[in-house]
Amino acid sequence: MFSNILIWFVIVPVLMMAGLACCSNSNMKAIRGVMVAGSVVLLAMSIWLVVDFLGLRAAGDTSEMLFQGSWMWYAPLNIHLAVGVDGISVLMLLLSSIIVFAGSFASWKINPLPKNFFLWFCLLSTGVFGFFISIDMFTMFMFYEVALIPMYLLIGVWGTGRKEYAAMKLTLMLMGGSAFLMLGLLGIYWHGTPEGGVHTWNILEISHNASIDPSWQTLLFCFTFVGFGVLGAMFPFHTWSPVGHACAPTAVSMLHAGVLMKLGGYGCFRIAIFLLPAAAQELSWIFIIMTGISVVYGAFCACVQNDLKYINAYSSVSHCGMVLFAILMLNETAMTGGILQMLSHGLMTALFFALIGMIYGRTHTRDIREMGGMMQIMPYLGVCYMIAGFASLGLPGLSGFVAEMTIFFGSFEHSDLFYRIFVILACSSIVTTAVYILRVVGKVIMGPVYNEHHRELTDAEWWERLATVTLIVCLAGIGFFPNWLNETIRTSFMPIIDALNSVF
Amino acid sequence: MDYSQFGAMLPELIILGLFLIVFLCDTFSGEGQKKFLTPLTTVLFGLATVAIWLIPSCGEAIFGGMYVDDNACKAMKAILNIGVFIVFLQSAQWVESDDMVIRKGEFYELILVTLFGMYLMISARHFLLFIIGLESASLPLAAMVAFNKKKYESHEAAIKYIMTAVFSSAILMVGLSYVYALSGGSLYFNDIAASLAGGSRSGFLIVAISFVLAGIGFKLSLVPFHLWTADVYQGAPTAITSYLSVISKGAAAFAFFIIFVQVFGALYSDLWEWMMYAVIILTITVGNLFAMRQRNMKRFMAFSSISQAGYIMLGVMAGNFGLASMMYYIFVYIVSNLGAFAVISSIENKTGMVSMDDYAGLHKSNPWLSFAMTLAMFSLAGIPPFAGFFSKILIFTSVTSTGSMALYMLVLIALINTIISLYYYLLVVKAMWITPGDAKVESFKSTCGERIALWICVAGIVFFGLVPYIYDYCYEAVKAAYGILI
Repeated sequence: MFSNILIWFVIVPVLMMAGLACCSNSNMKAIRGVMVAGSVVLLAMSIWLVVDFLGLRAAGDTSEMLFQGSWMWYAPLNIHLAVGVDGISVLMLLLSSIIVFAGSFASWKINPLPKNFFLWFCLLSTGVFGFFISIDMFTMFMFYEVALIPMYLLIGVWGTGRKEYAAMKLTLMLMGGSAFLMLGLLGIYWHGTPEGGVHTWNILEISHNASIDPSWQTLLFCFTFVGFGVLGAMFPFHTWSPVGHACAPTAVSMLHAGVLMKLGGYGCFRIAIFLLPAAAQELSWIFIIMTGISVVYGAFCACVQNDLKYINAYSSVSHCGMVLFAILMLNETAMTGGILQMLSHGLMTALFFALIGMIYGRTHTRDIREMGGMMQIMPYLGVCYMIAGFASLGLPGLSGFVAEMTIFFGSFEHSDLFYRIFVILACSSIVTTAVYILRVVGKVIMGPVYNEHHRELTDAEWWERLATVTLIVCLAGIGFFPNWLNETIRTSFMPIIDALNSVF
Repeated sequence: MDYSQFGAMLPELIILGLFLIVFLCDTFSGEGQKKFLTPLTTVLFGLATVAIWLIPSCGEAIFGGMYVDDNACKAMKAILNIGVFIVFLQSAQWVESDDMVIRKGEFYELILVTLFGMYLMISARHFLLFIIGLESASLPLAAMVAFNKKKYESHEAAIKYIMTAVFSSAILMVGLSYVYALSGGSLYFNDIAASLAGGSRSGFLIVAISFVLAGIGFKLSLVPFHLWTADVYQGAPTAITSYLSVISKGAAAFAFFIIFVQVFGALYSDLWEWMMYAVIILTITVGNLFAMRQRNMKRFMAFSSISQAGYIMLGVMAGNFGLASMMYYIFVYIVSNLGAFAVISSIENKTGMVSMDDYAGLHKSNPWLSFAMTLAMFSLAGIPPFAGFFSKILIFTSVTSTGSMALYMLVLIALINTIISLYYYLLVVKAMWITPGDAKVESFKSTCGERIALWICVAGIVFFGLVPYIYDYCYEAVKAAYGILI
């Protein structure tokens, strides 16, 4: 069991938790030591995994999932701890470890109770990593919920503003989504095997069986897609997102918007579309409407906010809506774009939240009406903010451009007029994005210095520079060299495309 | 009479022997030796727990089929024993308090007698023996509820408890007498089941079955038979409340399953399927809705336990597969609930505070207690990776196994209710970790017994979900006893 590298993605955060449990709250050095060591190990492991994965693929290994392993857990119900990765999950693991790495540095000076903060933070990352390595629906769901619940305490204890309200709202809405999801998974479990077979939770086996009755598929698709869609901030279930992100502490906003919201999109295609392809074909138009509204409405909401975090949270709603929108187009190019958008948005929004946290830590306000001229005061942070903004509005050379271009090219391939109209509507969000990004850049970053007291503020410390540089390098990396990503993702989508085509 | 048959009642005999030892020690020991009573009982009971867990069950029906100790019954008894052991540990300090110390023998004796009664309830295969078990399990409890002699609430609770206990027994017996009349004049479970399966149906059976349901429903505090619960839980001494909320509920749930599925199983779709839908939905929902408004922790736990009873009852809808999940659920419920009660009672013993508002800032003064309480709350709410998650999912999985759409909807309602329950469980977490201000409860060191009890509960919560040992144990036991078809 322990010879499988994927298991270690869960074990390392658990070991980090064990290490943190031994530290005391006042011993900041030891806590940072554990976090840095652990996140560096995770980062190294995921880079190694990517290299190894590409090597195996290049050597001609064409099986759906690599590094597979399966260990019996609850034998009576055939529940396994089953792991395996394809190109998409490998990239998601890489994204998560980058953001955990950056997040540890971004919360260098967390206060109070740093030990407890990082304990819950590690539990959150355990859930995230576990989710991406699982190919067994049961463990996948378990890790999904493991990732959700620490948010309550992370926001409630270390958050700002209306944190109690935000924490409770976020937790209840996401758990409500997972209640629907659970019912969907139970239905897939009991119907995913032909008569007389042994019921299984394994995603690959269920998709090979392809035995779910179309009428059940319709029901189960609604449950699973809505269940994951809540986490993917699909309209009208997105309302937890702005308030939740705005009140969360920096590292938690980063991890939550950067990675956790991707769990929703990932689950949507890995379970809802892959296992229920007939219903996906049939019902995608309903969800296209909902996600289309997310894209446009989120962008407009961001235009009128005055709190930096609210702006970014609404922009996340818009961008994550784009992910689901792309996936629902059910063709290879658009789905590839969706995954690129997940990566791009994950890095970009993490960078945004990190920067906002750094600015807020200095100015103690996030209201754009009370700030101005940050470029003169802290040029490093100002430049970083502008880079993040350009990535967000899709400037070529950064990741946002690659992702959005792929999405819109792919989506327009859809031959149906209804879908094309929605693609055009969704395209308009690019303009709106430019509006709200440039509004902030113009007022807060450029502009005259609003508050003379701000002139005494210092620029970024080394740990802040490290966190931001890591993210910016990745953003530019995707922007300049999208091709290998494109190939990796595209080949990984083949089984899903096959499942969709086999319906007709 | 063949006395060798008594050998098949080994678990009962062990408890009876323990009772006699405690009784004799209590009666004949001098003042100085009394202080050994608590450790003696606890250690002996611990040994009995291990013994009952390990000894194989005899499995054959004795006394003409009145009594059977098959694998499933024995597993259930073993699970209850763990709970009682934890109760003994966490009440060790309370029984040594000034008020209690001269009566501590009675405390242990009464608990052992009620446990003996519950064993009979679980193993009875004849309604007379079942009634004897039920009465000896519930009447001594009234005396225990009144244990705080000088507290008004304790007396009030005891009166309420005994009235409902007697009343519900009366209803149950009326129901059973109808069943006796309508199913060929026998009180043996096997005979009744055979006669009902053979097609002798009378419309009057619906009255009989509703009375039986109501009678046992009172013990399980299913809605609408739950009105006594909150007052009794609040008034009773906390050790007794925790005993009431888990052990007696667990035993009654198992007996409920045996009676309804094995005896009345033939009438499932005709008569009691829809009754159960109504009762389960009401129990879960009403329990949850009332729990949201409670500030007193004991009342809070009372309503939470009502809603948990609804989840336990889901197991009845899924046949023997459901029984295995139900037994596992009861185990998890025992460790989680007792974990919460261990915290409540240690705070109450030290400071007399039982309100949720008094828990504000608890993590500053007592980080370990708030840590344990947080785990217990997460487990009760069904949050992974704690055991409560697994028990909930397994029971939902077993309920949906029949594939009926109505059961899917029942599970959906139960799932939505888990979100409501999450809200109020998080209120406790919020009070301890998030509410600003200084701690109201001063920092204190809990006693050795409480600490061991908490450690057992925390270990149960953390490990026995991730490690499927207990579930496999229940599953194998049920499979060996009754067979399971998936």
